[in-house]
Amino acid sequence: MSLEGALAVHRFGLGARPEEIEAASRDPKAWLLAQLDGPADQPTPVIPGSALLSGGALVVADRQFHEKEKALRLAKKANGEVDEDAKKALYKARYDMISADMAARFALGFKTQKPFAERLVWFWTNHFGVSSANGDCAPYLGAFEREVVRPNINGKFEIMVLAAMTHPAMLYYLNNVQSIGPNSQAGQRSKRGLNENLGRELMELFTLGVDGGYSQADVIAMAKLLTGFAIDTDGPGDNGFRFYPNRHEPGPITLRGKTYPSGEEGTRAAITDLANDPATAHHVAVKFATAFIADNPSAQSVKRLEESFKKTGGDLRVLAETALSDPHAFQPALTKLRSPVEFVTATYRMLDLPKADAKPDQSANQVRGAMGVARLMGEFPMSAPSPKGWPLESDAWSGPDAVLMRIEWARQVSQRIQPNVDVVAMAAQGLGPLMSESTSTAIAHASSKSEAVALLLSSPEFQRR
Amino acid sequence: MITRRNILSSMAAAGALSVWDSPLSAAFAAAPGEHRFVFVILRGALDGLSAVPPYGDPDYAPIRGGLALAKTGTTPLQDLDGFFGLNPALVNLKSYYDAKQLVVFHNICTPYRDRSHFDGQNVMETGATTPNVMHDGWLNRALLAMGAKNGLEALAVAPTPPLVLTGKARVTSWMPDTLPEPDDAYFARVQALYAKDKMLGGALQSALALRAQAKAAMDDPSGKQKPKVDLIPLFQGAGRLLAAPEGPRVAVLDASGWDTHINEGAGDGQLARRLSALDAALDAMKAALGPVWNQTAIVVATEFGRTVHVNGNGGTDHGTGGAAFLLGGAVAGGRVEAEWMGLKPAVLKDGRDLPARTDLRAVFKTVLAEHMGVSRRALNGSVFPESAEAKPFRGLIA
Repeated sequence: MSLEGALAVHRFGLGARPEEIEAASRDPKAWLLAQLDGPADQPTPVIPGSALLSGGALVVADRQFHEKEKALRLAKKANGEVDEDAKKALYKARYDMISADMAARFALGFKTQKPFAERLVWFWTNHFGVSSANGDCAPYLGAFEREVVRPNINGKFEIMVLAAMTHPAMLYYLNNVQSIGPNSQAGQRSKRGLNENLGRELMELFTLGVDGGYSQADVIAMAKLLTGFAIDTDGPGDNGFRFYPNRHEPGPITLRGKTYPSGEEGTRAAITDLANDPATAHHVAVKFATAFIADNPSAQSVKRLEESFKKTGGDLRVLAETALSDPHAFQPALTKLRSPVEFVTATYRMLDLPKADAKPDQSANQVRGAMGVARLMGEFPMSAPSPKGWPLESDAWSGPDAVLMRIEWARQVSQRIQPNVDVVAMAAQGLGPLMSESTSTAIAHASSKSEAVALLLSSPEFQRR
Repeated sequence: MITRRNILSSMAAAGALSVWDSPLSAAFAAAPGEHRFVFVILRGALDGLSAVPPYGDPDYAPIRGGLALAKTGTTPLQDLDGFFGLNPALVNLKSYYDAKQLVVFHNICTPYRDRSHFDGQNVMETGATTPNVMHDGWLNRALLAMGAKNGLEALAVAPTPPLVLTGKARVTSWMPDTLPEPDDAYFARVQALYAKDKMLGGALQSALALRAQAKAAMDDPSGKQKPKVDLIPLFQGAGRLLAAPEGPRVAVLDASGWDTHINEGAGDGQLARRLSALDAALDAMKAALGPVWNQTAIVVATEFGRTVHVNGNGGTDHGTGGAAFLLGGAVAGGRVEAEWMGLKPAVLKDGRDLPARTDLRAVFKTVLAEHMGVSRRALNGSVFPESAEAKPFRGLIA
């Protein structure tokens, strides 16, 4: 086991599964890059009886949900009373569907053999900020990651941005479904008009960055270009997207000095240009370096990523490779704190939970347990309070209560170990050369095997990466 | 009220707390005998000289220094027989003693003579004479010996059955929704790990300070130390399950927090608080057992004792001989079983530990033979091989 192998597994992966550091140590960089040879893994259901639906199928399910909801409302008007059981069942089914998608995502993190690819998936999903904070988009979040992010982590950034901008999750999340071109047929008929939300965030958060060079006029122009990008409510289409010409603002539109023709193709061209803008290269480089290299990455680290992005037209595989080649990429000091989801995932990976021989219900409960504690520690995937996504910096997760909760949970989850397990060997396997002298001593002198595991999980080198 | 702790606990619980491995009715279908046996494992090595101070020994007070307990003062020990006393925190145990339902053992240990927790617990739970040679637990093997007769099944009050219950016989496991809070010693160890980590160390320090304040605010205004109640749900829940007509007849519980290397305290310190929690939890189990208490025998034991001398941090280090308890309505108690050798330097093992004069397996064998009906042959054969020298006590079961 080499130090670089351990860093590959912990800093760029999701924490060590049994024997993973050994596998990575043969050639750490090659081990990481090989994970990007194809698209990322797709999750499979872990909640018994659940299914992971495509965006298009979700549109149909969502429509049925709203029809039933409406029927209940009408029945209430007619009878004067609410069928509480039916209402509860309806909302529970919707909640269960969303939760099952998230459970599958967590479970993939616990077991995947391509942890670096998975980290990239998590990074890019978070980059696009889609969040259950908006209830309308919540059913589509799992599909967003499965359809927008997973197939595209090793392709061009523009492909991912276009996919994001045409996914129901995004179109609901940032209200584009409500945005109508004032001069379109629909706009002329109704009093509804533009919604700037998606147009603004596309530039501020997903591509150029807040200082990336755009004006309020550009926000309006982008919003106009995006009119008509909405949901295929007649479904089932592939991912649920449909372009509605009758809502689309007519006439050529000028964005940041360039004029695009009216229509879906013109809008796609505008999005593609934003994705390839030099400001986008810088914005993405800063975020990528902050997530994978350091909370305050050096200007040189950012520059290298930025140049790579520009030179390759936003090739995300090359971007990842460039990050791995950064002089600081394999520095021994563990400066970044694991986020709650990363910590819970690393814990399950080291303890090999859920066990391969667990019954489906037990596995499902263990996955649910992990989801619950991650949320309590302050993070849940695709649920950030704002479109900015979850913070990438360590101090976001280092509040006293959050840290105490990690340590308490470590003590509880440690009681799951099998009594015959060799905890000293487990620690050696789990941290490899990253284990400090003091942690190694604490483990050897712990008052019980489960306490030893709890100390290992609480140790700075396990909390950090 | 839903507190954060409840949620956190139930989240952690949600997983392996495979509440029952099989439906209750199926698990306990074959009606076993009416006797109950509970084994409470104190992981971390309980200081027997603090739990059961030999205050009548003239060498005790001088050698224990700041940790010595006395019959006088703000937290006086409770006298047992004019020579041994009980820690002031063990008020319920004292009442059982007075009711002749508690036997106290001293100078006792497993056959293990080194000082590793892992290995010591391994020996205590496998029933072997050396660590890591057997891979199942003595209680599981005893269940096989009993089960042939009456289909007995055991309950592990833990997410994963401990080693003592591991083996061929079927075991169920259960945990309450509210998991116990980690003990203070654990937090102290994590804090030590964070000595050089400013971010994590600082965060933990303020969290623990806040926690202490919140606890103080909830304390009795009279200033009297309230027992920590966090072990109660475990013991109470186990008691209820054991009391059920079709419930388990054997249960194992774990309690940690005994590894008192630093600031052990005497009558009202760290160890006394932990003992108080254990004492309250045992009484909660007694209440939950109801009339079944009269058919119950409980053994409370630890992997080894602690040093006789106080170390440089107001604590004690890993030792050999220590204390153990046998209690319950089925116990003929009210006495101390100890082959006391004194505390003179020549008596102490390696010049530091209380010597072990009684093999802990003798206590286990007593209960299994006299209370649970395990045959002598099974006890000396499959259950505790190489234990013929550890002879069961007579007359400890009513």
